[in-house]
Amino acid sequence: METIPLTAPATPGRESLKRRLERAGFDTTTLLLAPALLFVLALFIYPALYGVWLSLHPMNGGGWLANYTAFFSDPYVYGTIFTTLELAVPVTLVNLALSVPIALRVRRMRHQRLLTTLLVIPVTLGTVLTAQGMLNYFGPLGWFNRVLMSLHLIHMPVRLVHNFTGVFLSQIVSGFPFCFMLVLSYVTGIDPSLENAAAMLGARAAQRFRHIILPLLAAGLAITFCLAFVQAFSVFPSAVLVGAPSGPTRVIAIAAFHAAYEEYDYSMGSAIAVIMGVIQIIVVALVMWLSSLFYRGPAGGGKG
Amino acid sequence: MTISAKNFRELRLDHMRRDFGGMNALRDITLTIKRGEFIALLGPSGCGKSTALNCLAGLLPLSGGSIWLDDQRIDDLKPEERGFGMVFQNYALFPHMSLRKNIGFGLKMQKRPQNVIDARVEEALALVRLTKQADKLPGQISGGQQQRVAIARAIVVEPPLVLMDEPLSNLDAKLRLEMRAEIRRIHNMIGCSTIYVTHDQDEALSLADRIVVLRDGQMRQVGTPHELYARPAHADVAEFMGYRNLLKAEAETEQNGRLTMRLGAARLDGFAIEPGHGREVIAALRPEDLTPVNDGPIKAAVVSAEYRGRDFYGLARTEDGLDLWFRSDLSVKPGERLCLGAPAERVLVYAGAAA
Repeated sequence: METIPLTAPATPGRESLKRRLERAGFDTTTLLLAPALLFVLALFIYPALYGVWLSLHPMNGGGWLANYTAFFSDPYVYGTIFTTLELAVPVTLVNLALSVPIALRVRRMRHQRLLTTLLVIPVTLGTVLTAQGMLNYFGPLGWFNRVLMSLHLIHMPVRLVHNFTGVFLSQIVSGFPFCFMLVLSYVTGIDPSLENAAAMLGARAAQRFRHIILPLLAAGLAITFCLAFVQAFSVFPSAVLVGAPSGPTRVIAIAAFHAAYEEYDYSMGSAIAVIMGVIQIIVVALVMWLSSLFYRGPAGGGKG
Repeated sequence: MTISAKNFRELRLDHMRRDFGGMNALRDITLTIKRGEFIALLGPSGCGKSTALNCLAGLLPLSGGSIWLDDQRIDDLKPEERGFGMVFQNYALFPHMSLRKNIGFGLKMQKRPQNVIDARVEEALALVRLTKQADKLPGQISGGQQQRVAIARAIVVEPPLVLMDEPLSNLDAKLRLEMRAEIRRIHNMIGCSTIYVTHDQDEALSLADRIVVLRDGQMRQVGTPHELYARPAHADVAEFMGYRNLLKAEAETEQNGRLTMRLGAARLDGFAIEPGHGREVIAALRPEDLTPVNDGPIKAAVVSAEYRGRDFYGLARTEDGLDLWFRSDLSVKPGERLCLGAPAERVLVYAGAAA
């Protein structure tokens, strides 16, 4: 059937394509995205896809999924998943649990900037320096143990490094400021008049937290959890430096490193990295789904 | 209607004071508010009226003085222990709760049985005419509706006192007029006391039983709307109540309070309000009382005029360079020369030196 166009295109071809693109939201400004897209493509998408491809071509043959079957048939290797989760989940939860009350308090302080600067310093130190400091401070002959011993609170030095506790503490030190800064920004986003309104309606501090602050913070806490968890899950330096990398803190990143750079099995290393990524995605998806059950809109009190 | 305020006789503010880092935001506020009274705290921005409200609410601690509800001292109680209702300027509705839950929040905090909460919330929704929107979130309704929810939420717990912090300032002019009537209707219906903060004298005049004018943290005058409108006690109160012309003049003769003043080249008669004025006085008069008349003593040329439907309002300047706001029934044009005058009983005379 023949259709008669209401306005005939003056020059069909290039002109109309440009128009159509513009209508779909693409114009010359869109080109500004190109560098960023190239960057993401070259440094993220390509390596990720290459890694997946690599993991499906096992070094010793045996079919596409040989690396994955090998991973999941050796408890010493697949056990690292649980070792890592046992570390990353509590670390993230503890960091969040510490951040919320401190952020609620800091929000009302005057020298907020000074305090946040102090709290952010551990991030700038880097894992290695933090680990070095911890080895000195928490070691068997470190200040911490010597003070406790001289106070006769303990008879033997407490073992706080080169085990699970060491990595746990190190992760708190480096992860807390990150969590705190994020949570603080979410907390300050909540209109203080909402809390005042709740107080005027008879809600005590604990009730205000439960009924007003927490629901409005839920979405932000979920995002903070995801970011902090992903960071903690890929722990590597502190697990080696202040942990017990052959035993209790043999995390999944160590397994991947071991496969790739000690056994020179890049394919297996990639497979472990892919598994790591999948687990992170599963946890993040789970948390985001949970948070979608809560209110996600703006945390303001209304117009004005 | 079963929503009604709990019994109390009066709320007493006794030398209430609030300092902010060495500054007196509020000085020596002493006032007794009876049950059922509608009080407007009126003043320009920065005069301390919102501070006063927050002190009453318990959101700000006092720096001195005390607050009494009958025989109970309440200024050391936390906001949640005072049981007052408050309507915030930005409404402060809980964005994650439906209107129903917002309104029921106070009752829930009081641990009332669910069937009581449901019934009372339904009643309050009907009172503010929002029954149909009850299950929406605050973000899904208009500003005027949000404002009504904020009122319903504050009064559903039957507070003895409702505090309102410029609740109409975010609404457009038409809605503001409607809500004004609504607020007074609800106040009359539930019989609570209301303290209403505003910078709009029309709002204060039309709503309040008594108006408290604040300036620089101090009470300048307390009185009924009529008293404030007709006889402001000080020149600054007069200015705020619409006496737009504050003219420096020189007192010449006085008889029974009636003064004759020299205003540049002109003579003007008026009545002394502030006792103990010297030669230097301020004559206050409203633009609507200053009109062109045949024997008007003040000669001035029209600078600008605007049409207001029934009449014209304009600015005129005398040869001495004095600016005067006036009203005219007839059309006036810029440059036109007028003889302006006002009846002596509409000219209020205050002690001079300031202006």
